[in-house]
Amino acid sequence: MKLAGDSVGRAVVGILLITVVTQPAAAQETALHGFVQANYSVRVSETRPTDPRGDFLLGDQRLELEVARASESGRVRAYAKADFIHDAVDGDARLDVREVFLTLTSSRLDVRLGRQVITWGVGDLVFINDVFPKDWTALIAGQPLQYLKRGSDAANVNLYLGPISAQIVAIPFFEPDLLPDGTRLTGFTPFPGRPTREVKPAQRIEDTELALRVYGRVGRFDAAAYAFRGFWGSPPGMELDGDEAVRFYPGLAVYGASMQGAFAQGIVSLEAGFYDSRDDPDGRNPAIENSQLRALVGYQRALGDNLTVGAQYYAERVLDHEHYRLTLPPSFPARAQTRHNATLRVTRLFNYQTSQVSLFVWGSPNEEDYYVNPEVRHSLSDEVWIAVGANLFGGPRASTFFGQFDRNDNVYVTARYSF
Amino acid sequence: MNTKITTAAGVLALLATLSVVTPAQEPPTQIMARSQEAFLAAGNDMVARIAMKLINKAGKERLRDLTMLRRDLETGHQKYFMYFHQPADVRAMTFMVWKYPGRDDDRWLFVPAIKLVRRIAADDSRSSFVGSDFTYEDISGRDIELDSHTLLKEEAVAGTPCYVIESVPTSGSAGEYGRKLSWIAKDSWLPLKEEYYDRRAQLARVFTADEVQTIGGHPTVMRRTMRDVKREHRTEVAFESVRYDVGLAEALFAERYLREPPAEWIR
Repeated sequence: MKLAGDSVGRAVVGILLITVVTQPAAAQETALHGFVQANYSVRVSETRPTDPRGDFLLGDQRLELEVARASESGRVRAYAKADFIHDAVDGDARLDVREVFLTLTSSRLDVRLGRQVITWGVGDLVFINDVFPKDWTALIAGQPLQYLKRGSDAANVNLYLGPISAQIVAIPFFEPDLLPDGTRLTGFTPFPGRPTREVKPAQRIEDTELALRVYGRVGRFDAAAYAFRGFWGSPPGMELDGDEAVRFYPGLAVYGASMQGAFAQGIVSLEAGFYDSRDDPDGRNPAIENSQLRALVGYQRALGDNLTVGAQYYAERVLDHEHYRLTLPPSFPARAQTRHNATLRVTRLFNYQTSQVSLFVWGSPNEEDYYVNPEVRHSLSDEVWIAVGANLFGGPRASTFFGQFDRNDNVYVTARYSF
Repeated sequence: MNTKITTAAGVLALLATLSVVTPAQEPPTQIMARSQEAFLAAGNDMVARIAMKLINKAGKERLRDLTMLRRDLETGHQKYFMYFHQPADVRAMTFMVWKYPGRDDDRWLFVPAIKLVRRIAADDSRSSFVGSDFTYEDISGRDIELDSHTLLKEEAVAGTPCYVIESVPTSGSAGEYGRKLSWIAKDSWLPLKEEYYDRRAQLARVFTADEVQTIGGHPTVMRRTMRDVKREHRTEVAFESVRYDVGLAEALFAERYLREPPAEWIR
């Protein structure tokens, strides 16, 4: 698990913390909040990789600090959130600058500059038009959901034009998704046992990622259209360079739309996207993902007072599948043209919402792999909660989306005190 | 032509007669409508800082500290915006409701940790609002037409003369209660007390208005309690500040402000 911690971020956090400490009380409000959290997970899969460090996937103890301050007029706001982490598995201490940004607001325009988390789309753990960086290792290893999303170092411009709003995000500094790299967490690699080199897109102006969202109401639904031009955050491209495997991030454009709204006593969600694999337009390069069509339909409903059930169907269709099959090296496992997925989430609250039992299941009927996440969470008080859960993966083939994580099955516990 | 004039005159005469003959007593449905207007829709808009204490059988307290913005639109449409100040675990969460008469409300929740705006599915009449003894419906009002209302008697609550109205869900509507009794103050139209009976006719919950103040010309329940009789749990709500008719723009009730709460109103 790599964590971002650049010196600029450190400086900004430091300055903001000093501001808090030196600020006379009852002057302009500077809010300081955060939490202390312990988060451990242990591998429980039957076949364990031979990891000299043993069975623990997480030995994560952290302090998260969050500082917010607004100018007198409220038109300028500063925000910083950083996690100070001690990782007991590696014995390392680290800083993860989660977010550091300024927000400038006026009547029809908000501009947010800095490292920030951006979340788009209507799926439940299914991302089609959300092309922003994700840390899949956090989800797989048993960290709380918020760590699935990583910050983008970006300029985020929001225009509010009455019934229609538009958001334009420019990301000059590409960040890939974080995936299991075969050390603590294992996953599929086409070139096992070879040293891997990573090549990121150069930080050139013309390689700045651009994402656009235009949104508003269509009838009783929230509707949005999306466009993106940048790079595949995952899966990366993989090719051989002599003895070395090279992981790189090919060009990608995405065009899509989503709708969400009240329907049949529940909430219905629709989302679709066309993934244009810019560096492999005809699908003949086996090192790069082909273009794809992705579509999602979801329905969520409350049943009685404390039970919520949500289901989704999600399909991923590879275009130019014939070219993919023809160019795929013979030893490589071929995948189906369309991957079908179904998800189910059941959440039950108990005792005035102080306890929660939830189950999330994601399975593919045609690739026969699955992900199951049961969790029990209890609030001891307003400040303290503790959660115990499991992440279970499986499937007949180690090349499928969840089958590759089979050996990462784990049980996790998280305890958090917020202030 | 003549017959039409005659008919029109007849209708007018009939209407005049009706308005003269109508007793001072209002029909119970009208009383409930007036009460809901006074209780949940006073003024054109409202800003309130609200502290909810959730108190269990053992006396252990949990706190929900929030700012609520409300704006009334034409014909019963209302928009609500809530910002949670406390507890720490939900701090900076925002919640928005567009309420429509006669159909499902639209609800959105913003989760700041992942910058996610999502729609919320809830059962209005049964889902608890933030773990309290109040349901969503208690907070934003239940459609009057879902129940049939009967005036049982008149009775004073702490010296204030009240109408006592019985409300029974009409067949087909899935209310959480079998029967509700409301004590509606004759002067302010506020509900001073409510008793909710379950479908086996046992007392389930009791609402009391514990303090009423007139703010900006609107009688307002400043302190209220909802008691779950069976589970011995209660929720005490205090309006720490209330302002009416401050001029909240309808544009405030949008995704923009869910993500970036309006600082001037959220203090």
